[in-house]
Amino acid sequence: MSESALLPTVEDALALGLTRAEYELVCEKQGSPPNQVELAMYSLLWSEHCAYKHSKKLLRTLPTEGPHVVMGPGENAGAVDVGGGLVCAFKVESHNHPSAVEPFQGAATGVGGILRDIFAIGARPIAVLDSLRFGEPQGTATRARYLLDGAVRGIGHYGNSIGVPTVGGEVYFEGPYEQSCLVNAMALGLCERARLVRSAAAGVGNVVVLFGASTGRDGIGGASVLASAEHGEGDEDRRPTVQVGDPFEEKKLLEYSLELLERGLLVSLQDLGAAGLTSSAAEMAAKGEVGLDLDVSRVPLREPGLEPFEIMVSESQERMLCVVAPADVPAVLALCAKWEVGGTAIGTVTDTRRLRVFDSERLVGDMPVRALVDDCPLYDLRPTRPAAPLYAPPAATLAADASPRETLLALLRSPNLASRRPLFEQYDAVVQSRTVRRPEQADAAVLRLPDGSALAVSIDCNGRRVAADPYTGTVEAALECAANLACVGAEPLGTTNNLNFGNPEKPHIAWQLTESVRGLGDACRALAAPIVGGNVSLYNEGPAGPIYPTPVVGMVGRLPDAARAGRLGFARAGDAIALLGPFAPSLAASELAKLRGEPLPDGLPEIDLEAVLVVQAAVRDAVRAGTLSSAHDLAEGGLAVALAECCLAGELGAKIALPTTTATVAQLFGEGPGGFVVSGPGETLAELAGRAPLQMLGTVEGDALTIATDTGTLSATLAELADAHGALAELFP
Amino acid sequence: MKFGVLQFPGSCDEVDALEAARRVADAELLWHGERDLKGADAVVVPGGFSYGDYLRAGAIARFAPVMEAVIEFARDGGLVLGICNGFQVLCEARLLPGALLGNANRRFTFRQVELDVVNGATDFTRACPGGSEQLASTDRSAARLSIPAKHSWGRYYAEERTLDELESGGQVVLRYAPGHNFNGSLRDIAGVRNEAGNVFGLMPHPEHAVDELTGSTDGLCIFESMRLAVEGVRV
Repeated sequence: MSESALLPTVEDALALGLTRAEYELVCEKQGSPPNQVELAMYSLLWSEHCAYKHSKKLLRTLPTEGPHVVMGPGENAGAVDVGGGLVCAFKVESHNHPSAVEPFQGAATGVGGILRDIFAIGARPIAVLDSLRFGEPQGTATRARYLLDGAVRGIGHYGNSIGVPTVGGEVYFEGPYEQSCLVNAMALGLCERARLVRSAAAGVGNVVVLFGASTGRDGIGGASVLASAEHGEGDEDRRPTVQVGDPFEEKKLLEYSLELLERGLLVSLQDLGAAGLTSSAAEMAAKGEVGLDLDVSRVPLREPGLEPFEIMVSESQERMLCVVAPADVPAVLALCAKWEVGGTAIGTVTDTRRLRVFDSERLVGDMPVRALVDDCPLYDLRPTRPAAPLYAPPAATLAADASPRETLLALLRSPNLASRRPLFEQYDAVVQSRTVRRPEQADAAVLRLPDGSALAVSIDCNGRRVAADPYTGTVEAALECAANLACVGAEPLGTTNNLNFGNPEKPHIAWQLTESVRGLGDACRALAAPIVGGNVSLYNEGPAGPIYPTPVVGMVGRLPDAARAGRLGFARAGDAIALLGPFAPSLAASELAKLRGEPLPDGLPEIDLEAVLVVQAAVRDAVRAGTLSSAHDLAEGGLAVALAECCLAGELGAKIALPTTTATVAQLFGEGPGGFVVSGPGETLAELAGRAPLQMLGTVEGDALTIATDTGTLSATLAELADAHGALAELFP
Repeated sequence: MKFGVLQFPGSCDEVDALEAARRVADAELLWHGERDLKGADAVVVPGGFSYGDYLRAGAIARFAPVMEAVIEFARDGGLVLGICNGFQVLCEARLLPGALLGNANRRFTFRQVELDVVNGATDFTRACPGGSEQLASTDRSAARLSIPAKHSWGRYYAEERTLDELESGGQVVLRYAPGHNFNGSLRDIAGVRNEAGNVFGLMPHPEHAVDELTGSTDGLCIFESMRLAVEGVRV
């Protein structure tokens, strides 16, 4: 049989996720119909997951430059300067689709993948955070609980085993995530600035070395078939497209990679993620403006008989690709033995600017690098603001006439607000001895640096508010991260984001995406926290509809003195308590509105960005000066919930007098950006009035939270608050 | 005085243990593939997931070349501290009695736990609260240590008769304070020593409690006790 008789057809291309027009463009770029290897590689690199073909034009509008930025988008991870000759590398990435199919391995390999991105640029991973979304966990529906349990176990399994602390995160439970859960993982790394390595292949005649685990059939087609299409019937049949993680292998890979870099043995380094060897080789060649010749017969396999195209597209985990000068190859391979890592020279750098795949002597694929990486068509979105609500109102779980006390306890008990302790207790938060603030000690995680300063990091996004108003909701997500940083005394250095949306080919999703990116850009510009890297996950929808638009924002900041990192809990009986900032509480799209079963409003109140930045600076300065006992920003559940959280974290009560005007409930439970609960000596708090609107609320005292308003007094003991706040424990029997 | 801290592939807390030991003495890492303890006066077998722990925690590490040297060192009376995975390794190597089973809550659990010092007269606790040479810096009013624990396999188990012997022989060194035994260890045992008194293992991580900035300094007394023991012998 001749080779041409085996050529795939346009139907094969469609099955792999390409459109008819894209297939024709491939034929044009190749000069002839692609063979099986070539088609497999094009279909992956031209998938939404790899080519960002529906989002790239929008992403170009985001701010990516600033005084602290050392490495921006396009590399394996972004990096910012943190002083003392060090840079912090960080990035968030999603593993939504694999986690929906197999939550434990999906989440585990999500962590594995983001960690590889960090050490691929030469940084030692120092922290992981996660951002999770599931359907409602209560009642008889068990899917959300199954996914939650599997994802939490998977994240813990990988992070704990590899010795990187999981220091923070967030989780929300909402109906629209029932069929399309979100599992986003963010990692941070530290690196000496001079040691940063890039992924561009360079030096014609240099050797391409594949190292780490052997290659198997796992994860074939993950990027195209799984990650670039909607969910539907038969997702279970896609389970073989999910990879299996091995944190021990990755731990060795990490130590080996960092030792190679320390010894100066590498020209460039790249991890193998989605689309495996195909994507990493093409990216390295494209960035270096060179060609690569690879011989798949030299790739160590887990089982015999893999076809060349399978080897090229396998997503087997824990593998890296590097370029090495010929003279250094023996040293690179010798170090493999020390770390018990496999390493094989599989190719060379050429000047052809073509990616050529050989099976021993036989040429089985030959493609222009530019066509693979740069020539995928980019699509314009056709955004249309939806005329009717996209999302059904949630089921009511609280009566509209519930008393303030009942309301407070119901909010504390609600899955979105209850203590995350049953989750974060499954993660090692202290390995590596940098963790100055653990979960529930402060609004942001704090990690000390060698010079006595510290990094702070936060990740956030309230998808329900973004669904109500994609622009304002996204601005709020970025402001929330910055507020969390302010509460520990940190100023933002840079941002990463993961845009989780539905099918962008639908006009109303395109509108959500467009508005959200506009909001992200405006907020990051205002905060001087440029985007240094990120990820896009589209097609998160099933037959029941799209997810809430969820532009997860991760923000990294720095504070000058780790010893002065702020805490959220009340610390001293007798301290005064104040509400600081231009807080204009509204029940629109609030957690209370959800409990009452109210539909999403069409739009959120406009934000006075300038006033919010002013109060954030005031809080940051006060924390840095060491004059506050505690600082906590107001978020879901509003003022009353924030006060309860301060009481619970500090194990101290509070006596509050709230002069209410008309809408007591909105004052107690309304939400919006720009508010902080601070405690400390009365005169210190009073001084803050010069910088932002200040309302003295009461004092830290006793063992109950008491809020007196004009319409009555709300009171709950610490034990009652703790009981309600501990509601998630029942999800982890 | 020099600590040697073992390093297996898959160790996670070895650098933390190294830095903790360096707060009281010299310390260096000892590679799993070598049999040379490099003149260490005391050995720390650190936490982590040695060789991935895919079989049974510590089951493979116990056969590492460096462990041959550690076993010999222990038989000669050298001080050996096993933390978490290190405790599991020492049990697998039969340097300590008993075994560590899966947590009663069936999950990896990270929690700051409180420990009662049951025996303050050991080479590992003499500088702890209630110990014979309590550190001046530790709070004398608190007879408890606050130290993080983090593991999946930490439920201490031994036969009833062995447990009785351990208790009567002063080999139970640390106990979880009431309400802190999340893993279901028998008789709330958090740390035990061997009969000779020179090998000690515990599930909580004293190396993660050596600095107020990161939570507590209560673990420092374990390393300090070992220094005192070694230097006492030498003087």
